[in-house]
Amino acid sequence: MAEGMKIRATMQGDVADVKALMNHIMETGLRKDSKTGQLIPAHFINQVTATLNGKTVLDAQWGAAVAKNPFLGFKVKGAKAGDKIVINAVDNHGEKITGEATVA
Amino acid sequence: MNQLRRTFLKGTSAAGTVAVAIAAGLLKPGQVMAAEWNKVAFNATTTADAMKGVSAAGAVESKDILIKAPDIAENGAVVPVEVTSKIPGTTSIMIFVDKNQNPLIADFELSNGAEPYVSTRIKMANTSFVRVAVKAGGKAYTAGKEVKVTIGGCGG
Repeated sequence: MAEGMKIRATMQGDVADVKALMNHIMETGLRKDSKTGQLIPAHFINQVTATLNGKTVLDAQWGAAVAKNPFLGFKVKGAKAGDKIVINAVDNHGEKITGEATVA
Repeated sequence: MNQLRRTFLKGTSAAGTVAVAIAAGLLKPGQVMAAEWNKVAFNATTTADAMKGVSAAGAVESKDILIKAPDIAENGAVVPVEVTSKIPGTTSIMIFVDKNQNPLIADFELSNGAEPYVSTRIKMANTSFVRVAVKAGGKAYTAGKEVKVTIGGCGG
């Protein structure tokens, strides 16, 4: 599995606009392998948490129907330039993807 | 809000599932912050059951939930959805697609200054109603928008 996450966080007034792009196959478990006819096992990110300077701002649970290479956008009020955003994602195999960015 | 969900889980048949998960060592009893994956809700096959699973059953229709999604999505594998809630005290936003095999797409819990807004991309099997539920002040609200899908994005 390709690793990685890209995050961009920019201030818009007193709100930090955070955009994250995660690299993940997001396999639903409903598709069949065209060669073998077997179902391809589900493999998807199911938990995502985001923190601003260590404080949780977003705690999400996902199903398999979030699109491949998931995009997540959210906004945090009261943030300021230089604050640190960390996003942790865990998939149903327990694999972790982490990304961090400084609010600009 | 997590507390609400927890109470709900404990108060219903879902308690059994949680107990099994704890017994199997999947969950540590002390793990309070990171809520366990809501298997019941995500495996539900109807929006009504999924809404029950996230304790948003009986959500009231609201015009204060804004859903930005295309009227027609050419590719059901990537449908951008943006949700903004104008309901004061919004603490969670959930997205459902009625016609998907498992309607619950995602459940976002907001805290510590996070604005009542999320933006993501989802998969849609068919033309369907995209439904959003929002929890604010212990109450649930909902709104929906139909998205026409030309090519489905789930299954083979």
